[in-house]
Amino acid sequence: MTEAEGHITVQDLTMAYGDFVLMRDLTFTINRGDIFIIMGGSGCGKSTMMTILIGLKAPAKGKVLYGDVDFWGSDPPTRDRIIRRAGVMYQSGALWSSMTLAENIALPLELYTDLSPGQIREVVKLKLALVGMAGFEEFYPSEISGGMQKRAGIARAMALDPEVLFFDEPSAGLDPVSARRLDDLILELRESLGTTMVIVTHELASIFAIGSNSVFLDVSKRTMTATGNPNQLLAETRDPNLRLFLTRGEKS
Amino acid sequence: MTARGEMIMEQPSADTLKVILSGDWKLGGELPGADKVQQRLEGRPGVRNLVFDTRELTSWDSGLLTFLMNVGTLCSRQKILLNRDGLPPGAQRLLELALAVPEKTDARQAEARVSFLSNLGNQTVYLFQSAGEMLTFIGDAVFAVQRLLRGKAQYRRSDLGLIMQAVSAQALPIVSLICFLVGLILAFIGAIQLQLFGAQIYVADLVGIAMVRLMAAIMTGIVMAGRTGGAFAAQLGTMQVNQEIDALKTLGISPMEFLVLPRMLALAIMMPLLCLYANIMGILGGMVVGVGMLNIGFMEYYNETAKAIGLWNLGIGIFSGLVFGVIVALAGCMRGMQCGRSASAVGDAATSAVVTAIVGIILSTAVITILCNFLGI
Repeated sequence: MTEAEGHITVQDLTMAYGDFVLMRDLTFTINRGDIFIIMGGSGCGKSTMMTILIGLKAPAKGKVLYGDVDFWGSDPPTRDRIIRRAGVMYQSGALWSSMTLAENIALPLELYTDLSPGQIREVVKLKLALVGMAGFEEFYPSEISGGMQKRAGIARAMALDPEVLFFDEPSAGLDPVSARRLDDLILELRESLGTTMVIVTHELASIFAIGSNSVFLDVSKRTMTATGNPNQLLAETRDPNLRLFLTRGEKS
Repeated sequence: MTARGEMIMEQPSADTLKVILSGDWKLGGELPGADKVQQRLEGRPGVRNLVFDTRELTSWDSGLLTFLMNVGTLCSRQKILLNRDGLPPGAQRLLELALAVPEKTDARQAEARVSFLSNLGNQTVYLFQSAGEMLTFIGDAVFAVQRLLRGKAQYRRSDLGLIMQAVSAQALPIVSLICFLVGLILAFIGAIQLQLFGAQIYVADLVGIAMVRLMAAIMTGIVMAGRTGGAFAAQLGTMQVNQEIDALKTLGISPMEFLVLPRMLALAIMMPLLCLYANIMGILGGMVVGVGMLNIGFMEYYNETAKAIGLWNLGIGIFSGLVFGVIVALAGCMRGMQCGRSASAVGDAATSAVVTAIVGIILSTAVITILCNFLGI
């Protein structure tokens, strides 16, 4: 297996801030083409998990394997090369505020491809059209709504046709209709591009609608307690905490 | 008329206390407190149940709920069973919601008393850590410059142009004002002393040398520390809060090259030019005093200044400007990149950037002065 196959394996991972251990003994696999949900209650370390997967924070212990390459055991240039094959959509969109949407999407293309300015313009147009924002090229992030910023964030994350797309709370702060449209967009992109999607969320509607695989981080036990298809987990789990989470706190 | 809530307590049996609530139990009205219930319970230790009768209650809001919460706490402390059945259904539901999650008593971290020695130790460790961070940042900046020289640095030239404009042309008014006034003040102070000896012509020498060698660079540096260093820290700090810097990192773009390098370059290029301009403004300030008050001729003042300042002084001033520019840029960018992820952290970063830059300017002035003295220039 090579890193090009796009599988990510987390092995015996511990996340910590200083002496404070957030989660330990995390072991799971994200398969190619999965829509993989990292779920759990507030403060369980979902976003921290994502920062470890995308190379922003080192784990206290354990491994993250991209293919069979030990990501955190590699030197920084190798890590950069691996992570350049991933796209990230941050919770706030994190669009560069001093640039237009076109410039936001064009920047990685200018830096990492040999495309001509004309070709870059075409790619930018395509990416924006894919997320339903054709014609917004010259808008600045501050001139569009929160939902649009998220979609533009996805367009930028897709700029280099990544093998894996990471989403941090994609539907946070969106109304139900916009959240549903975003879910549909994620599904559509996975179906049409075959991209592996890793989504950090606690939005149950999204989890059940689009998740094909998942891991549940239990904040009270400080470790993962389940992994698998979310719908299947709901039907089969006997873990009271997971059941409580997946049923929105309903007592069974 | 203010709302008024009434409370009567009865004891239908030896182990039960009935609290009858009537009237308007609304915030801002005259409401009995839970202490009345406590007083009543103190006199009757056999009470094990507490029930409510709210049939005469006309209206209620949070005023009733806070009373009930207090009574609830009282009952749990005295191990009395609180029966909520007699309460209005809405109040029962809200009370259940409020009590659903037990109060977290260990939420606040205890303020541990730290001894003087531990505090001193912690501060020393912190000092070394921040010195290490500063050195790492400077080292990274040097590598970024090296990549720039090799033509490999990733940054947008349009950004460099915009930043150069912001740190130079837009700073001219404030630099003009400050340096003109500094020249004027120096001339005034010098004139008073020099007039005593009839040597007022040397005001031109005093102002010229002071401005060109040191004062123009220092004053411009301090103005730029407040104006531009703070702005850099706030810009990068806000980018940190909005995860824009994370977005750069995950694309494999070095924030040091993309954000810090153009800012450092812009100030390194423009500060010497600003210093030249500040020299002229300072000398003009001195000239206003010399020509206007001391009756020195315009050409006479000009010639005296030209004779006094010399190329070495000019060179030292411009070199100082370059150093101060790099210090302001590094301090602003470093504090911005170290910024936390909250609004107040951005303010702290801006403040810290200005302080760091000013301290850096003064320290480097001392070093440059000692070096010049050592070299005899």
